[in-house]
Amino acid sequence: MSIEDKQLFTVSVYTENNIGLLNRISAIFQRRHINIESLNTSPSEIEGVSKFTIVVNITEVNMKKIIGQIEKQVEVIKAYYHKLDEIIYQIAGLFKIKSELLFEERQIQNIIKESNARIVTVNKEFFVLEKSGKKEEIVTLYNQLSPFGIMQYTRSGLIAVTKEEMKISSLLEAIKNN
Amino acid sequence: METQTIKSTQKSTKKTKRISGSEAIVRCLIEEGVDILYGYPGGAIMPVYDELYKYQDKIHHVLTRHEQGATHAAQGYARISGKVGVAMATSGPGATNLITGIADAQIDSTPMVCITGQVSSHLLGSDAFQETDIVGISTPVTKWNCQVTKAEDIPSVIAKAFYIAKSGRPGPVLVDITKDAQFNEFDFSYEKCTQVRSYNPIPLTDIIDVEAAAKLINTAKKPLIVWGQGVILGQAEEQLKAVVEKAGIPAAWTILGASAIPTSHPLNVGMVGMHGNYAPNMLTNECDVLIAIGMRFDDRVTGSLDTYAKQAKVIHFEIDPAEIDKNVKTDVAVLGDAKTSLELLLPLLDKNSHKEWHQQFKDLYQIEFDKVIKNDLYPTKEGLTMAEVLKEINIQSEGKAAIVSDVGQHQMIACRYADFNVSKSNITSGGLGTMGFGLPAAIGAKMAAPEREVVSISGDGGYQMTIQELGTIFQQKAAVKIVVLNNDFLGMVRQWQQLFFDKRYASTEMINPDFVKIAEGYYIKARKVTKREELAIAVEEMMKSKEAYFLEVCVEKEDNVFPMIPSGASVSDIRLE
Repeated sequence: MSIEDKQLFTVSVYTENNIGLLNRISAIFQRRHINIESLNTSPSEIEGVSKFTIVVNITEVNMKKIIGQIEKQVEVIKAYYHKLDEIIYQIAGLFKIKSELLFEERQIQNIIKESNARIVTVNKEFFVLEKSGKKEEIVTLYNQLSPFGIMQYTRSGLIAVTKEEMKISSLLEAIKNN
Repeated sequence: METQTIKSTQKSTKKTKRISGSEAIVRCLIEEGVDILYGYPGGAIMPVYDELYKYQDKIHHVLTRHEQGATHAAQGYARISGKVGVAMATSGPGATNLITGIADAQIDSTPMVCITGQVSSHLLGSDAFQETDIVGISTPVTKWNCQVTKAEDIPSVIAKAFYIAKSGRPGPVLVDITKDAQFNEFDFSYEKCTQVRSYNPIPLTDIIDVEAAAKLINTAKKPLIVWGQGVILGQAEEQLKAVVEKAGIPAAWTILGASAIPTSHPLNVGMVGMHGNYAPNMLTNECDVLIAIGMRFDDRVTGSLDTYAKQAKVIHFEIDPAEIDKNVKTDVAVLGDAKTSLELLLPLLDKNSHKEWHQQFKDLYQIEFDKVIKNDLYPTKEGLTMAEVLKEINIQSEGKAAIVSDVGQHQMIACRYADFNVSKSNITSGGLGTMGFGLPAAIGAKMAAPEREVVSISGDGGYQMTIQELGTIFQQKAAVKIVVLNNDFLGMVRQWQQLFFDKRYASTEMINPDFVKIAEGYYIKARKVTKREELAIAVEEMMKSKEAYFLEVCVEKEDNVFPMIPSGASVSDIRLE
């Protein structure tokens, strides 16, 4: 794939935990008319440091420029981008389905077994299925369950760890000792 | 002057005093060396104004006539002094009126701290009177911003604001402070900010990159330097001059880089860009090594990127890593501030003179002189040209005046024809192109550098966008020299309409008021010139005036600014007529 071709990238942004920063980072994409496929914020492996995981479909040339713009933000410690084959990632899907279907439709039980989905909760009215994996796996499960009727369906943003080390701890250590 | 000392406590070795948040704000500004700030009071910032009243012997607040004027004045102050400009406003409309100036400071890398009042924290999000989400609104146009809801956070946030505004590539910072944070009391102590862990203002210069740059420069047959404001912001004027002189490289400048090397310097080959000089634009597409120093390859500089300096190896000296390869692909990028990088570069350069290459610049200058400059400076037609006025100002000021221009034709003429013999002499709105910038920016410039002659040059359009700041000039007795080059048109737009829209002059003709009477209404000495024989004496009278002076010069209505690179064309497709 050429650097001029669009492809999916995950952007990992290590930041200070600041209220306005989400706005600042999303504005960088918005201004260039780049659609954010998914966005997740969470604590990182370092105490007091937050991590954004953003998925975008753009060219590598643009990706590099965007990383520059993100790192330019005062409260961003470091930003990295990775192609999908450079990361281990997961997406979660939640399905809320009528409980009666679980007992009446034998096929649903098979689907659950074969998809390795997990039943999170069951009550009289509904049960909730959780499935983690690649986006395609969750979409497949959705397509299988859809004919029976799904009450609610939600898919999470992508979260990822990289195969290579991201040297954020040593970077922070260096800043501290500076 | 201690105003509200309720109790003093001894905390480790540092003495702290219990004061209100609003007093703390003023004390923080004083600690940061702020002597003048510009602003406009209102409900949510009143406690701070009350403290400014008490501290008026230490810090001078200038009441502008509009908050936009306050930001531009702060910008003018910053641009001429290199210090951080400060603007203050109340919440809601006061704060939103700052936005144009903040956006201008962001794109032109001007250090500025804006302080806005905000409704009390318990009212945030309730659509309270004069509540607006100014932190949200200003996010895309600030280098950093922050809302303070606790009095005790004020010193650290303001310290951080000044540090961020000034360090690295400078920019505007906004601090929004709720009214309860202004009223509440806390133990005050101040410590300047020297580091923010997530922020690396000046990337380390890698000597390997400098060596690679030197190697390219030493083997170049036709090197060309294009420098920008990074040289001025990085106080690298001497270093640039030394590099230019040792390696004998023709050096051109962007609008914001103007004045870093004097106009009269033999190696200064003029301005690049849309209305820049013929030689540096044409030869950008002939040089073999293009050395960009503290500039960002703005589209008004490069024209079409597809045909910009494609034959050349590009070296980019730059403090902001995000600028590398943003618009033009570089062969060698040297990160760091201009001063350090150029100091490292100088000893690695071979002495050279590039005589034949220089001759090419001289030849092209002659073409530009015959076709454009001669007619601008020494017109044979009846109507006055804008360039004649600049020529007269050059003569009367010996090229030492700081020229504060607005946006449009007069701005391009000012940049092209003003003699800049002192650094920080071209104060103008470059990146944003903010009409109305000039007059208030001139106020800030004059107040920051009262020893300098400050000449505000505007067109009749932009002048009327912030004309109310004449009131500030009058009240502050700021001895600004105000020139309006009046062609009764929004001249630059009219020029485009003439060239690209078949002379359909849609909404560009101005029916103007009596500008002299308006100036006189503000008790400012004023004069209007319509004939060539009056010009020299009028400019002399203006320059000799110890007070503010207004000079309207009625110029030819439909003159165009040339040379011109049509929008989207190549730099070498520059038109002389």
